[in-house]
Amino acid sequence: MDLLLLFISSIFVQNILLARFLGCCPFLGVSTKLETARGMGIAVIFVIVLSSTMTWLVYHCVLVPLHLEYLYTLSFILVIAALVQFVELALKKLNPALYKSLGIFLPLITTNCAVLGLAVINMNENYTLLQSIVNALGSSIGFLLAITLMAGIRERLEQNDAIPKCLRGLPLALVTAGLMSIAFMGFNGMIR
Amino acid sequence: MNKFKIVLNGIVNENPTFVQCIGLCPTLAVSTSAANGLGMGFAAMFVLIASNVAISLLRKRTPDEIRIPIFIVVIAGFVTVIQFLMAGFTPALNKQLGIFIPLIVVNCIILARAEAFAFKNTPLDSALDGLGMGLGFTLALTSIGTLREFLGNGTIFNITVTPAGFQPGLLVILAPGGFITLGVCMAVFRALRARLAERRGRATPEPASGCAGCAVCSICDTAKGGDA
Repeated sequence: MDLLLLFISSIFVQNILLARFLGCCPFLGVSTKLETARGMGIAVIFVIVLSSTMTWLVYHCVLVPLHLEYLYTLSFILVIAALVQFVELALKKLNPALYKSLGIFLPLITTNCAVLGLAVINMNENYTLLQSIVNALGSSIGFLLAITLMAGIRERLEQNDAIPKCLRGLPLALVTAGLMSIAFMGFNGMIR
Repeated sequence: MNKFKIVLNGIVNENPTFVQCIGLCPTLAVSTSAANGLGMGFAAMFVLIASNVAISLLRKRTPDEIRIPIFIVVIAGFVTVIQFLMAGFTPALNKQLGIFIPLIVVNCIILARAEAFAFKNTPLDSALDGLGMGLGFTLALTSIGTLREFLGNGTIFNITVTPAGFQPGLLVILAPGGFITLGVCMAVFRALRARLAERRGRATPEPASGCAGCAVCSICDTAKGGDA
């Protein structure tokens, strides 16, 4: 039950983009087309779940026994970078079709703050391995949800010629994200 | 390039927040008050200058193929240093900024400057570039922070500046306010820049798409495909 609650709350209430402000770069940069946004979202789910598991193991099985907790930033980013590189290589070899649709997003994801951010959140909240995975899955589904919604809205905004020039592109995308964030605040009362 | 121009470049012409539109996550998240913005800006500036100098010193020994991982390790090292410094000297601010201090590692501004500037220039120029970019970032964060704190809380740097009857709009310092305030600030900045260019008889500067200034732009196919 607690896990279910954590899952739902990480998708809607603590949405990684709209409430926690993690991963805004791809959220604003890659959300101009529905197709690309969906690809990015799926790649993020894949990488976040894997990296959260790995960083949990690294923290609890390596850093804590060695009393090197303060090195978490350095070791997490290395683990994530190596993991993404490995996934890219493995995907290229094992499943070229999937690589073609997801591969282009992988280098972008290494330096995505959502991935490192979630690893740090899991550490700060002292989640167990299972809780970390559930939180990672929920948060990344929340990412997919937000970026797909955003891309759908932006595709329509692009076709509107009445928008003043200085608002086109990013500024309007930011205001749209703000309005979406207000809508997501409505989920606040859902849990608790 | 003139030394002074390098510094000024980061503050105005290539301002990371308003012109290049990178490093938006910390900008949105910590600009809830002027003091938070200032603290975050200085922390990022420290890492930016230090990593720029280190990468510039190492640039002739760094193999091209693995430069990005090397940059990341150097930056992560300096971030760990600033984490210790902030936990020791400014514990309250450290608590306020929380997760966004370790996240300086993945701040696109720092990696982007390592790739675009420090890897190709001398240590002194790189330090100046770090200073300029850091100041530009700090300036943007502090001004957005001041605006949000004023509208959402009625204070500036924790000093009440509004009359007693003023009802602050709490929404501005909540999550949605961050997006909306930054969007409006960016639109105003663009409009001013376009007007300035027009007055000087130059072409209107092309606004960044959001991921154009990203550090991994050179190895990323999303931008090349033209669909991002």
